[in-house]
Amino acid sequence: MLRLSSLIILLCLSLPARAVLDIEVTGAGEHQVPIAIVPFEGEELLDQRISEIVASDLVRTGLFKLISPSDKTPHETSEVKFADWAKVEALTIGQVIRQPDGRIEIRFRLLDTVKKTDLLGQSVTAKKDQVRAIAHRIADSIYAKLTGSSGVFSTRIAYVNRQGKYNRLVIADSDGFGEQTLLALNQPIMSPAWSPDGKSLAYVSFEQGRAMVYAQSLQTQRRILLASFPGSNSAPAWSPDGQQLALVLTHDGNSQIYLVRADGTDLRRISFSTTIDTEPTFSPDGRYLLFTSDRGGSAQIYRMSIKGGEAERLTFEGSNNFSPRFSPDGKSFVFAHFKGGAFYIAVQDFETKQIQILTPGGWEKKPSFAPNGKLVLFATEVHGRGILATVSSDGRVKQKMTPQQGDIREPTWGPFIN
Amino acid sequence: MKRLILSIVLINLLSACAYFKPIKHADKAKPAPEATAEKPATPAVENATVGSATASEVNAQTTATAETATSANATATETAESAAGATAKADPLNDPSSALAKRSVHFPFDVDAIQDADKQTIQAHGEYLSAHAERKVRTEGNADERGSSEYNLALGQRRANNTKKALILSGAQADQIEAISYGEEKPMATGHDEESWAKNRRTDINYK
Repeated sequence: MLRLSSLIILLCLSLPARAVLDIEVTGAGEHQVPIAIVPFEGEELLDQRISEIVASDLVRTGLFKLISPSDKTPHETSEVKFADWAKVEALTIGQVIRQPDGRIEIRFRLLDTVKKTDLLGQSVTAKKDQVRAIAHRIADSIYAKLTGSSGVFSTRIAYVNRQGKYNRLVIADSDGFGEQTLLALNQPIMSPAWSPDGKSLAYVSFEQGRAMVYAQSLQTQRRILLASFPGSNSAPAWSPDGQQLALVLTHDGNSQIYLVRADGTDLRRISFSTTIDTEPTFSPDGRYLLFTSDRGGSAQIYRMSIKGGEAERLTFEGSNNFSPRFSPDGKSFVFAHFKGGAFYIAVQDFETKQIQILTPGGWEKKPSFAPNGKLVLFATEVHGRGILATVSSDGRVKQKMTPQQGDIREPTWGPFIN
Repeated sequence: MKRLILSIVLINLLSACAYFKPIKHADKAKPAPEATAEKPATPAVENATVGSATASEVNAQTTATAETATSANATATETAESAAGATAKADPLNDPSSALAKRSVHFPFDVDAIQDADKQTIQAHGEYLSAHAERKVRTEGNADERGSSEYNLALGQRRANNTKKALILSGAQADQIEAISYGEEKPMATGHDEESWAKNRRTDINYK
C-alpha cells in the first residue's frame, strides 16, 4: 500500500520577485492604527524595498492606516522628533547595511509616538535574496506588537491553478509572491492539505486516471502514494500532531472516513454510514472531526469523535453546507454556506450555535482560517475567473487576489512556520 | 536558473507525452487492418469484403488521428479490434442506430439513482457486456458544480457505482466494470446555468 514514487513531473519553479496576483483591498477595521513607515536608509540598493513590503503587508489587514512620512527621514531613534509625528500612533524606521561578505544587515525600530517610547528593535543579517522573507518577519513583529495577535505575513498558502486541462499545484507566500509549482498535470488536482509543520502537502491527483491521495515533502520533493484503493481516494486532512491523516475512500461503497498513519500504514475506517461522509478536518486538540455528510437528506456539517461513534449535526440553515474548518482556537468553524443558488462563506460558534455570514455571496468555496484566526482564505469568482479572496473573521475587511493567468481553486492557508 | 531551465524542459517533455499519445494509439491500430485484409482472403469472400471495408475505414481514421493529433481516439482502436475479430458480424457497439450508441446516463440535482429515461441504455450495455465477456468498461461519474469539490467527487462516485450496479443487473459481470468519479473536475459545459449543469450530472460508460 505504501509506494514511493519519484516522478519527473515534480517541479520546483521559483519566481521570487514577481507578483502573480493583483491585490485589491476593501473595508477597514473598526479601529485603524495610524502608522508611518519611513523608507529604510540604504534600501534603494536592494531589488525590493523593505519598507514597501512591510507597508503593503500591514495595509492588507485593514487594521492600519498608512500615513506618509512626507519629507521626514529619521533612520535612528536619536533622529526622531516626536513632535513631528502627532498624526500617527506608531512609527517604523530602519537601515540596510551592506556587509563586506555581500550579505545585508537590516535594523529596524518600532516607536510608540504617543508614549514617545521604543516598542521594538531588531537586527537581522541575511542573504540578499531573503529580503521579502525578512520584510514579512518585520511586518509580523509590528503586527504582533500593535494588535496582540501573531502576524501571518510569513506564512504560506497552497492552491490549484487551472488553465483548461492544465493544472498546477502551487505554493505561494500569503501575499501571492514567490509562487512555486509543486506538481503540473493535464489531469485534475484537488484538496491540498498542509501538514502541521508546514513541511509537507497531501493532495488528490488524477494522474493515474482516478482520484488518489499523495503526500509530498516540500523540501525533498519526495512523495508517497497514501491511498490508491478502487474508486475514489480523497479529502486528506492531517491530525494536529502530524502523526496521522483522515482520508475518504469509496472501496467499501459510499465515501467513508478513514484514518491512516502518515507513512500510509494502519488504515482504519471510522465512519459507518450508508451515505456520503467526506471533507474530514481535525479539531485543534485532535479529539474531534468535522465533516460533510448527506445522511440527513442534504449535505450538512457534522461533528464526530476521532474514535468514531455517533455524529452530531451542527448546521441547519441554508439548503446545504460544505467544507468545514475549525478556527485555530477551536471555538468556531468556517464553512461554505449554500442558499438561494449562491455560496457564502460563513462561521458558526460552537457554544452559541450562531451563524455569521462573512461575504456578499456568489461562487465562494473552500474557506480556511489563517493560523492566527484573524482572516479566512477562500476561492471565489469574478468576471468568470476563479480568484483568491480573504475576509477578516469579523467580515469587515475583504481582499481579492486575481492571478495573472488561469483559475484558482482549492486554496488552503498553511500553518505558522518557525 | 538551472532549475528553471530544467523545469521548462520537463514541462515540454510532459506536453510532448500528451501530444504523442494519440499517435501511439493510431500506430497500434495500423497493423490490424492489414492483417484482416489478408486473412479473410482464404476463408470466405463475404468476410473479405466486410474486412476490407472496415480496414479502409480504419485507415481513414488513423490518418485523421495522426494528422490532427486530437485526444485519444478510441474509435480507431475499437474498429480495428472488431475488424480483427474472426466473426464477420459487425460490432453493434459501432452501430450509430443501436441503443449502445448512447454512452451516458443523466441525473437530476443531487440524485444518484438511475432514471427511467436511461434504463434502455443501461439494459443495452448490460446485455452487450454479458455477450462480450472480454470487453471492459469504466463508469465515470460526474457532478455539477453546486457543491464542494469533495462532495461532488463523492456524488459522482455514487452515480458511477449505481450505473455499475444497474449494468450488473442487466447481465454484466462485476469484474468487467470499474466505477470511478471525476466529481466537478471535468465539466462538459462550464456555464453557471441549468443547461450546463444538466450536461455535467451524468455517468459516462467508457469502453476500454
